Amino acid sequence: MANQATAKKPGFLAERANFLDERVGVAGILKEFGRKIFPDHWSFMLGEVAMYSFLVLLISGTFLTFFFQPAMTDVIYNGVYGPLKGAEMSIAYKSTLDISFEVRGGLLMRQVHHWSALLFVASAGLHMLRVFFTGAFRKPREINWVVGFLLFVMGMAGGFTGYSLPDDLLSGNGLRIIDGMIKGVPVIGAYVSSLLFGGQFPGHAIVARLYSLHIMIVPALIIVLLAVHLFMVVIHKHTHYSGAGKKDNNVVGYPLAPVYVAKAGGFFFIVFGVIMLISATFTINPVWNYGGYDPSPVSAGTQPDWYIGWLDGALRLAPSHLEAGWFGFSWSWNILLPLIISLVFLFVVGAYPFLEKWVTGDEREHHVLDRPRNAPVRTAIGAAGVTFYAVLWAGASTDLIATNFKMSLNTVLTFMQISLIVLPIVAFWATKRTALSLQRKDREIALHGRETGRIVRMPHGEYIEVHEPVDKYELYKLTAFESFAPTLARPNEDGKITVKARMRAALSKFYFEDRVTPATQLEIDASHGHHDEQKAIEAKPAKKVATKKPAAKKSAAKPAAKKTASKTATKSAKAPAKKPAAKKAAPKK
Amino acid sequence: MKNKRRSPFAAALVIVAGLIISGGSYAAANAVVKHSNTSQAVTQSQLEEGKQLFLANCASCHGKNGVGTSAAPTLIGVGAASADFQVSSGRMPAQADGPQMQVKPVQFTREQIDAIAAYVGSLGTGPAIPSADMTAANGDAVRGGELFRINCAMCHNAVGAGGALTEGKYAPALKNIPNTRIYEAMLTGPQNMPVFNDANITPTDKKDIITYLKYLDENPSAGGYELAGLGPVAEGLFIWIIGLGLIIGFTVWLGAKSN
Ligand code: HEC
Ligand code: HEC
Ligand code: HEM
Repeated sequence: MANQATAKKPGFLAERANFLDERVGVAGILKEFGRKIFPDHWSFMLGEVAMYSFLVLLISGTFLTFFFQPAMTDVIYNGVYGPLKGAEMSIAYKSTLDISFEVRGGLLMRQVHHWSALLFVASAGLHMLRVFFTGAFRKPREINWVVGFLLFVMGMAGGFTGYSLPDDLLSGNGLRIIDGMIKGVPVIGAYVSSLLFGGQFPGHAIVARLYSLHIMIVPALIIVLLAVHLFMVVIHKHTHYSGAGKKDNNVVGYPLAPVYVAKAGGFFFIVFGVIMLISATFTINPVWNYGGYDPSPVSAGTQPDWYIGWLDGALRLAPSHLEAGWFGFSWSWNILLPLIISLVFLFVVGAYPFLEKWVTGDEREHHVLDRPRNAPVRTAIGAAGVTFYAVLWAGASTDLIATNFKMSLNTVLTFMQISLIVLPIVAFWATKRTALSLQRKDREIALHGRETGRIVRMPHGEYIEVHEPVDKYELYKLTAFESFAPTLARPNEDGKITVKARMRAALSKFYFEDRVTPATQLEIDASHGHHDEQKAIEAKPAKKVATKKPAAKKSAAKPAAKKTASKTATKSAKAPAKKPAAKKAAPKK
Repeated sequence: MKNKRRSPFAAALVIVAGLIISGGSYAAANAVVKHSNTSQAVTQSQLEEGKQLFLANCASCHGKNGVGTSAAPTLIGVGAASADFQVSSGRMPAQADGPQMQVKPVQFTREQIDAIAAYVGSLGTGPAIPSADMTAANGDAVRGGELFRINCAMCHNAVGAGGALTEGKYAPALKNIPNTRIYEAMLTGPQNMPVFNDANITPTDKKDIITYLKYLDENPSAGGYELAGLGPVAEGLFIWIIGLGLIIGFTVWLGAKSN
């Protein structure tokens, strides 16, 4: 495998291939390092999972269109499902029941469609998180982040329009909430609602309208966005995790064909298989239990699908009684507030790359991913965002939390309202602190090596613990990152410091005030020079330690590593050259 | 209705059956405990036994002759149905008072419960324990379903999975509740549940509702295992934890294979 990867660029990596091979032969390090060398880290496959779930959605959705009838005319049910025989219901609901009980394989297809919808949005969301926390959205990929974000939003739109199609009690309740939200918008709300529903809610038009959106507009948009998304991935090439030989100007990995294509094909069937297994085993959206939509009954435990949950949660957590009458219109802030907060949240997510770039002023291209700890404030912002979203999401199930954990609904609500504000702040702080201390630990290891737990007695009687220097790959990983210093507000041409400049400086300070700089080569050398006196003293015990490791590694590492060091040193002034410290066990004083 | 429709994915079901069983996730369908005692005439010795039991177990809260104390309401006129419901469901004798009486293991034998119910029934005029005939699940499940969705689903959820009320109170799940108890619950309206008297919901309607609930008990979801009937929240958690979990497992495995 090492050969495969390196053979791709024989000129560039020839020596290193040799170098690697020795390691492979000796210690089987490949298993450990291989993953760092090829950009097929598992987390790079989440986007693929989303794409394959979408394919499954298309296939199963097409099947459903053969039998589904998006009409709201009332009919009497006389199909095979006992408890609803003779009940009055809409054609849409009846055809959903028919798909479930009379069409061969229909129920399985409905379940496949719905489970894959959940998986589609979930994997897309996880994929987004991966991209965020590794900084993969940085130049030149900002636009593609926006495209991916739109895909996620379209996933929610697709899910919502689809969920409302069967016209059962749950979906009707969902629509009723949407109707309430639209009507909550001052001035235009009532008109928009009556346009959308073709008169008074629920009307007789909504299912057919949602149907056109659901099977034409939304999938078409998704397909276009997906094409753009993939096209840009090809143009930009893939990012990779930091590691020796992985730079902002190369990609190390498999050629697309044939290895990758074969693997991707296989992976599609794995995703498909998992969806099939779940769909054949677990009920989803048993609409026959809910009955057709009828505005009078409201069922306990009425929830939307998970990806709409956070919006529902925002509505539930909003304090009630916030109506105000201004300018002759009533302003229902208990509806408007969550609406505005959700939109702002979405906007910040979508525009994040631009916001961050504005703060950092970083105009360079980045193809090597950040380790989350090396961007403490970004990681902390992400953690705060995830927490905020998670609380809203949990807010949609306050009633279930109350029943299942035997708590009072009111207590749960109040607790969630407080959490919504407090927890993101806690998450921000804790994450930032954790990231910084991890960075400090990295720095410590880079300078002094890893603790080995081996205690050595010095000739003069002192006991010290042997610190084993990390090898150069590890060292590269530990030190190859950039550390920004906060920018200062500079006066413009007129010699004035504008408000904008001040704000930017303040944000920059917020981002980079607390930072840990990577250990530089100078520092590493200094730290080793510092240890030299000790090395002289403990030459004997150190040798003993050294014999535990294969001698080949030691002798080979030295020259090869030196070369890398000089190479990287010329590449970039910022990323400090690393000279492997691997020589002898360097005890820390 | 089942035989033909299920065949297309019977194979898949067979494959996963092992998984499910080994996961122990199937809730075994409990047989509905049926009992018929109401037609029996109340005997003097039964009343006497009931009185003794009441004095020993209930009077501390409900007062000597069920007249009520500051701790518990009077039982005069609540009827045998109420006592039977409370005691046979394990709610009474009450223990620590929380927001709602907890369902505990039943503390008396059937005969003892009958005796207590007979005694409480004799304290005043109230609803009697419904006869087995009135509670038999042989009504109209379609009407029952409709009535259930209109009258009960807002608290108990459309599939009777239960739901939260305010201040820590909740409407319990209605899976495998004995027929008589369902009838009695409607008749007596325990705690926060409203009373559905015979003018509201006629005895025939009650029978239909019982029929519907029993249909749900006896017919597991056509779509497979049900995730506790909790709907979209359970489904969402399931896809994140099990679905994505499985797939990430595969991606890690694939990533490892490539080395
Ligand atoms: C620890 C005190 C306590 C004990 C012991 C107790 N109860 Fe109760 N009981 C209560 C309280 C409190 C309520 C009122 C519950 C409510 O509605 O919130 C109640 C309610 C009832 C009701 C319902 C009354 C109605 O209005 O429908 C019945 C019937 C009943 N109890 C029967 C019994 C019987 C029979 C026993 C003995 C086996 C018993 N209780 C023992 C405290 C007690
Ligand atoms: C206002 C909400 C509400 C409505 C409406 C309601 N219930 Fe209840 N139900 C409750 C509560 C609360 C309890 C629990 C009472 C207790 O624990 O004492 C309950 C208990 C029950 C029980 C007893 C369950 C057990 O575990 O023993 C049954 C059966 C029941 N309800 C059936 C019904 C039926 C049938 C309807 C419709 C005709 C209905 N309920 C309507 C709130 C409601
Ligand atoms: C964007 C991706 C899509 C998502 C997220 C999505 C999601 C959903 C959901 C959640 C439902 C409700 C299903 C149920 O209640 O069981 C649904 C129903 C439906 N979808 Fe989709 N879908 C997508 C794409 C498609 C496509 C591409 C088609 C057709 C070409 C389609 C056709 C249908 C049909 C016909 C129904 C009604 C199903 C029923 O009777 O239950 N969907 N969709």
